Amino acid sequence: MRLLKLVPDDTNIAFLKWRNVAMAIGVSMIIASLALTFVRGLNMGVDFVGGQSTRVEFSKPVDITDVRNKADAIGIGEATVQEFGSANEVLIRTPVPKGGDDSANAAADKLRAGILKAYPDAKVGSVDTVSGKVSGELLQTGALSLALAMLAISIYIWFRFEWQFGAGALFALFHDVSLTFGFFALTQLEFNLNIVAALLTIIGYSLNDTIVVFDRIRENLKKYRKMDMTALLDLSVNETLARTVMTSLTMIIALVALLIWGPAVIFGFTAAMLLGLFVGTYSSVYMAAPWLIWLHVKSDSFVPVDGGIGTAERVADDGARV
Amino acid sequence: MLEFPRWKVIGITLLLIFGILLAVPSMLPDKVVTAFPSWMPSERINLGLDLAGGSHIMLEADINDVRKQRLDSMEKTIRTVLRGERGKSENIAIGGLSRANGKLSFMVRDATKVDEARERLNNQTKGAGLSGERDWDIEVRDSTRIIMTPTEAGTRNFIDNAMEAARDIVDRRVNALGTREPTIVRQGDDRIVVQVPGLSDPQALKDLLGQTARLEFKMVELNANPQDLAKGIAPVGSEIVPYPGNPTGEPVIAVKRQVLISGDQLVDAQQQFDQQDNQPVVSIRFDAQGSNIFARTTQQNVGKPFAMLLDGKVLSAPNINEPILGGQAQISGNFTVESANALAISLRSGSLPVKLKVVEERTVKPELGQDSIDKGALAAIIATMAVLIFMIVTYGRFGVYADAALIINILLILGIMALFNATLTLPGIAGFVLTIGAAVDANVLINERIREEVKRGRRPIDAVQVGYKEASRAIFDANITNVIAAALMFWFGTGPIKGFAVVLTIGIVTSVFTAVTVSRMFVAGWLRSARPSKLVI
Repeated sequence: MRLLKLVPDDTNIAFLKWRNVAMAIGVSMIIASLALTFVRGLNMGVDFVGGQSTRVEFSKPVDITDVRNKADAIGIGEATVQEFGSANEVLIRTPVPKGGDDSANAAADKLRAGILKAYPDAKVGSVDTVSGKVSGELLQTGALSLALAMLAISIYIWFRFEWQFGAGALFALFHDVSLTFGFFALTQLEFNLNIVAALLTIIGYSLNDTIVVFDRIRENLKKYRKMDMTALLDLSVNETLARTVMTSLTMIIALVALLIWGPAVIFGFTAAMLLGLFVGTYSSVYMAAPWLIWLHVKSDSFVPVDGGIGTAERVADDGARV
Repeated sequence: MLEFPRWKVIGITLLLIFGILLAVPSMLPDKVVTAFPSWMPSERINLGLDLAGGSHIMLEADINDVRKQRLDSMEKTIRTVLRGERGKSENIAIGGLSRANGKLSFMVRDATKVDEARERLNNQTKGAGLSGERDWDIEVRDSTRIIMTPTEAGTRNFIDNAMEAARDIVDRRVNALGTREPTIVRQGDDRIVVQVPGLSDPQALKDLLGQTARLEFKMVELNANPQDLAKGIAPVGSEIVPYPGNPTGEPVIAVKRQVLISGDQLVDAQQQFDQQDNQPVVSIRFDAQGSNIFARTTQQNVGKPFAMLLDGKVLSAPNINEPILGGQAQISGNFTVESANALAISLRSGSLPVKLKVVEERTVKPELGQDSIDKGALAAIIATMAVLIFMIVTYGRFGVYADAALIINILLILGIMALFNATLTLPGIAGFVLTIGAAVDANVLINERIREEVKRGRRPIDAVQVGYKEASRAIFDANITNVIAAALMFWFGTGPIKGFAVVLTIGIVTSVFTAVTVSRMFVAGWLRSARPSKLVI
């Protein structure tokens, strides 16, 4: 039986030759993404700005503008209406009313009643009402957890490898997360609690790739102590290329299935993970690895020892001991 | 590395069988599971509200209400304590008791008694928190004015005590609605989360929980003149309260401050119909002590009107036509059957010690949840099939082993979730599908490494051995980062996201086990029996 080989044997691509160009592109993408996020803003869901989001199902396709006018007429603030999942379903979002938390709840009830009156055949599928205070807290913990995840993972890598590896990983993570923010600012897909969960997952999985490459670099550093750093990185990336492509593919297969056949509610969530996976794959090569050259990782950071997982690999490290 | 002693093989096999058996009930319909013999596991995976449908409501203590309550009760305390008790302590005359900026302040008329007043009030304050702080600060200004400031620690203390009681009352009220399996838990310092599966219109529930249900009977102040009333000035000892249904058309009414009797002394409340006009009313019954007080006051005030107040608003103000001796009374006030019934439930369950407001509501209709399950299951099946085929096409025999490990992995995740009664949520389904894609990562790492070693000219057994050993290190490191991310997700997330984090974590642990240990057992078994001279990978 002939087996499928997506990546030919013994590739010898000079990935790191393009590190300066790649890094320039990477940094520009980060800046562009952040600028887009700040200028255009994210389409924040009720989880983070408060207000209410009501999913309504009609028996036949409806005119979005018509629904918006009817929702506005209820008089609880300007409604955003968008199609959701199918032409028969819409998502109506209204802001937190001025009167504070009590009126938020009253407004939710008004909207429900108002819509059902205007469209007697409509069915309210789901309602999310979040007060201003709660949404503020969710936003705060969400941001905090993202920052903590990036930091905690980088510190772990510093422990397991060297500080230069940790720095490289942190930068790659920052790149991945920034680009995901940029993607949400660009597409104006709703940014909600689920997306933060997706971002955390991206942080975890995009690091998978980075670690596999780093692990190979560490191994080669011990093996070829005189090799030029750039050549060594290229060798490591080439050696792990087949695996990188394979793993990303299996995950992409799974996520595409979810994107196409999965429930509409988690479309944004899946899209975010898919993007993060894609970005995370190349960022391990171009956003994380170059730092090892620039930050002067030396081969004597890892004195060769005989086998064993996690045994004392770092004996002579220059000031990076923790 | 490839030696698998028999006890290890048996151990792993038993573990797998156990795990897979646990997964079975979750994949079968209700009827089949209830018919299981008793030795079969019947624990199933819980469905989160976003999948099962239902209502999630978060209630928060109204801090303004707490502050007002504390001022109210301290004002009362000041008056009683400084009035003194006959024969025990003397009366300290005070004046100008007022509230401003959330503080209470008053004058002690006799400057020599300031210290005595301060001492008596100090005895009324309580310690709050661990820092030795009191619940009120007492300050003397200009040698005669006493200012009492409620401390934050005192407010927190109050909320803490109040929320514990509030949780029980909320519990009673929700259960009185007859919903199935509600969960009511405290969250943080000042919140209560109520989850009711299957409830798709939580309006009645919210109305019920939004009512503090503080019932008070007070005499109507008859000496108030309408001009003063309109200006908001009440005679001494009285207060002006809203009266939405006032027959005179005036939206307010003046009542005596003194409470005749309150809802605390109720033993029962039922929705009924008035015998004269057939309107819905709530009929209440007082306990023995309450009945006595009620009988005495009604005797003394025949012919005068009294007001029935609910949460500070007057429901109605009927005349006392005759003394009410049996301890029974009827509350009227433009009720519908539903609102009368809700009030009866609220009164029976007791008044909430603090006003609660709804700060978050998430409701999903059960049909929508079922739709999510169906679509999620379809996506999961397609994803699994695609990954299975892809692995075989790429790695041949080794792909089959990886696939076997993947299928076992999926069953183990379901089994462990059922064992711990974990909750599957919509993002959890996504996490599940993602795990399917990610779980083979370990096998990809191992197989690619074996390919490399074969290429370097190692003999099959050596290649497999080195492949597993070298790949394990990266697999371990890579999965730790995922666990870190999942742990933070669990920490920050609300219900559905916690569910996602749980699935992710279980998936990480089981996938490392199946992809590394279980697949190695398969490969080792094959190598031993077939002794291949060449590896096709």
